[in-house]
Amino acid sequence: MSNVTIVRCIAARPAIVFEALATPEGLMSWWGPDDLPVVAATADLRVRGRFQVRFRTADGLEHECAGQFLEIVRPERIVMSWQWISGGEPREREAVSRLELHLRAIETGTELTLVHAALHDEASARNHEWGWNGALDKLLRNFDETRTA
Amino acid sequence: MVNYHAHRLDGIFAALGDPTRRAILARLKRKDSLSVSALAEPFAITLPAVMKHLDVLARAGLIRRSKHGRTVTVEIATDSLKTAMDWLQRYERFWSSSLDRLAKYAESKEAEARRKGH
Repeated sequence: MSNVTIVRCIAARPAIVFEALATPEGLMSWWGPDDLPVVAATADLRVRGRFQVRFRTADGLEHECAGQFLEIVRPERIVMSWQWISGGEPREREAVSRLELHLRAIETGTELTLVHAALHDEASARNHEWGWNGALDKLLRNFDETRTA
Repeated sequence: MVNYHAHRLDGIFAALGDPTRRAILARLKRKDSLSVSALAEPFAITLPAVMKHLDVLARAGLIRRSKHGRTVTVEIATDSLKTAMDWLQRYERFWSSSLDRLAKYAESKEAEARRKGH
């Protein structure tokens, strides 16, 4: 089990960050790899509700991803499944990822932790321990250094 | 074949999800290549158990095994690790850039709320 984990401190209260994460207006403002606009976003913010985001990238292509809200704890946690519907990573088209967003109130606003897990198989995701990605990262970094050295 | 890449990633990450298998990889990385018995030596598990771990690693494409006479030699295959690393880096960039904009947006909303005295 591996995942990408990113922690960000945001100078806004958790309730505001939460709204930004999961409302159509919020999603329009941030989802995507570069500064190009999100073309359309829908979000039915309830458990099993669906969301869809279409965005454009610098190469002029449009990409679409969609998924379902799996867990909603206002304003602390959102867990969603998502996958590429069009564009994106064609090789991963049928792979469903899991995205977790954890919000924690801190003095300066919100500490947001994003966890994106590669495994699309729910059963194997449950069977594997979460959170060993630090070890994997280190392992992989070692290989990288070996290769580039 | 559309699914090939995704399944391959699953196999790699599942294989890497076990501490013994990671330790095997770490040992192989230090030694380049080893016979199965030499590889198994520091592990407090039976040789058949080690063989099972090697099967998982081989299926994920993380190691290569070759037979020289009666000795099976194991070496690490870095391609699969690179596939896993590419995935991690790609999405790290994707989310990192997304979260930059999310922060900007949420911070402007916060400022707006304060202006309105909330």
